[in-house]
Amino acid sequence: MANSRDTLLDPLFNNNPIALQVLGICSALAVTTKMEVALVMSIAVIAVLTLSNFFISMMRQWIPANIRIIVQLTVIASLVIVTDQVLKAYFYDIARQMTVFIGLIITNCIIMGRAEAFAMQNGPWESIVDGIGNGLGYSAVLMLTAFVRELFGSGRVFGVPVMVTTNDGGWYVANNLMVLSPGAFFIIGMLIWALRAWKRDQVEAE
Amino acid sequence: MQRNATYVLGFAAIVCVVCAVVVSSAAVVLKDRQDANLAAYREQNVLEAAGFSEPGQPLSGDELTAAAARLTPVVIDLDTGDLNATVDVATFDQRRASTDPATSRSVDANQARIVRIPNQALVYELRDDAGNLDGVVLPIEGKGLWSTLYGFVALEADLTTIRGLTYFEQKETAGLGGEVDNPRWKALWPGRRAFDETGATAIEVLKGAAGTVEEAPYEVDGLSGATITSRGVTYMLQFWLGDEGFGPYLDRLREETI
Repeated sequence: MANSRDTLLDPLFNNNPIALQVLGICSALAVTTKMEVALVMSIAVIAVLTLSNFFISMMRQWIPANIRIIVQLTVIASLVIVTDQVLKAYFYDIARQMTVFIGLIITNCIIMGRAEAFAMQNGPWESIVDGIGNGLGYSAVLMLTAFVRELFGSGRVFGVPVMVTTNDGGWYVANNLMVLSPGAFFIIGMLIWALRAWKRDQVEAE
Repeated sequence: MQRNATYVLGFAAIVCVVCAVVVSSAAVVLKDRQDANLAAYREQNVLEAAGFSEPGQPLSGDELTAAAARLTPVVIDLDTGDLNATVDVATFDQRRASTDPATSRSVDANQARIVRIPNQALVYELRDDAGNLDGVVLPIEGKGLWSTLYGFVALEADLTTIRGLTYFEQKETAGLGGEVDNPRWKALWPGRRAFDETGATAIEVLKGAAGTVEEAPYEVDGLSGATITSRGVTYMLQFWLGDEGFGPYLDRLREETI
């Protein structure tokens, strides 16, 4: 097995869950119109992914093989509900903007994917590192996408006006495509293209 | 590896119990904070409906005190429209009152699909410095597609022109019915007229675009992809501004201001 450093850093570029495995696209489209929201989503996913990997890895010797998926799902669902409750209690405004998408972390393929592919075979420490690594890989793509979308879609970065839009009496004509979901497809597509141009081995065989 | 059925069932039961305990303790522990957040958000919506703040931009401390000084919460009897001095405004919980048989009554079948209404309601009267009525903020609720929508509609001093409409609690589809929360859509409401010349409720959410306030004083653009939510908004406004809702109260205010 690779060492902890590789487990942590591999998912950032070499084996990115969104860019290479193309998992978790749904939420990457939904919550990337504003960087603030994308950041909260990233933190929530890192927390859920790390904890679910940890708990499932702890139980892996005892989980009966024939009900393992539903056990994983129960653990993940519980963690997501707790996360949702915490956000509603401490970050109410952002929780309202995220509406259903926090709840939909349950269905984020990355989390079950890592539970099934990694935590079921590896020890708790390795699994925590893997969870953080994949969470960071997801977050990196999310934050980059959100940066482009917020900058060109509303002329802001983290809510701070950088290019004043015509709506607010400035010069920048906001690009509405960036605000709509298809805009995220274009950006993620270009990110994947850029990454594969840099790391040739990620290109799928013809 | 294969395990026997007893082990599998036992394991599943333990996982369920542990997860249930974790989830329910989180819900119980955090409930107070969540309720406080919701109450604060509700207050903010009252101010927004009354036109004190732009949608999505909460007021700062000073503006808040100034706005709150002009808004007086009062409890009224819905059937007569009279002030009810026996109920404490500070502790009155309208949602609880509308489920308790002692403080609520059932209503005839209506399009808003409202089954019970409370005997009393908490409304906000807006007064200028001289104490004259400048508008009212009324709580409304009704069914959309998936959920009950809770919000406020505010009327100007003429008790006909709409000052604003907000929803502070709804679980409609995000991006479709959930757009009732969209500042752009909410900005379409101020200036429209809730009642026609004869005094009947006339405001309606169309399917499609309605046009400017001058072109379509009684109509508002529908939410695209959310016909049922849009209809729900129409029905609940017609219900709450009608005779079973705040009709008697508005009539009383009209008589007083003439």
